[in-house]
Amino acid sequence: MSFFSFTLIFAMAALSLCLIMTGIRFAIGPSLPDRITAFDLFVANVIGIVAIYTELTGNEDFIDVAIILSLFGFLGSISFAYYLMKSTR
Amino acid sequence: MLEDINFLLIREIISSVLIIIGVMFMLISTIGLLRFPDFYIRMSAITKGATLGLGLILSGMGIYFNEPDMFLKVVLIIGFTFLTSPVAAHVIGRTAVRNKIPFWDRTNLDEFKDYLHKEHNVHRDHERDNKQV
Repeated sequence: MSFFSFTLIFAMAALSLCLIMTGIRFAIGPSLPDRITAFDLFVANVIGIVAIYTELTGNEDFIDVAIILSLFGFLGSISFAYYLMKSTR
Repeated sequence: MLEDINFLLIREIISSVLIIIGVMFMLISTIGLLRFPDFYIRMSAITKGATLGLGLILSGMGIYFNEPDMFLKVVLIIGFTFLTSPVAAHVIGRTAVRNKIPFWDRTNLDEFKDYLHKEHNVHRDHERDNKQV
């Protein structure tokens, strides 16, 4: 195993740890905006994992998934905030 | 002279360093999300740290592949993330102020007090209007 694949596997493990900690915050978050920001970080972590997986396999098609995810993460958090603002008025 | 240099090894080293730095930023911002005491402080931590970490990881990947279309896609993702992450944080933070999410008790709110008072009064006016209709 070369140092490069070791680095990539270590990075994937660290990002998986990030996903677990974000899930804990998503579970115990005391308010709804906490959960929306946790979802935002969740999407960012998944984009990072997709990028590292692209580099690990050498298949360039996976990076399109990251483009679509970065679009939909923004859309999701904005629509949640809009719904929250409309529902409390 | 130029044929002796192993360019693949150089690209792998640069990409590894960028990815390790980016992953460290992501890890620190996630620990901040878990440990900070207040919603607003948590949101500032993940908005800055996760955006920078994601940009470093993606630029490391673009340097490793070293192709023009890959660079274009990487620049597209980084530009979109850097453009949309502060906007989303702003909208969620304003929604949290409107919904009276509590601040940390040690936050200095002296200069912010007038704005908070105004926002909450506007909020109350809207509630009254809805009741009248």
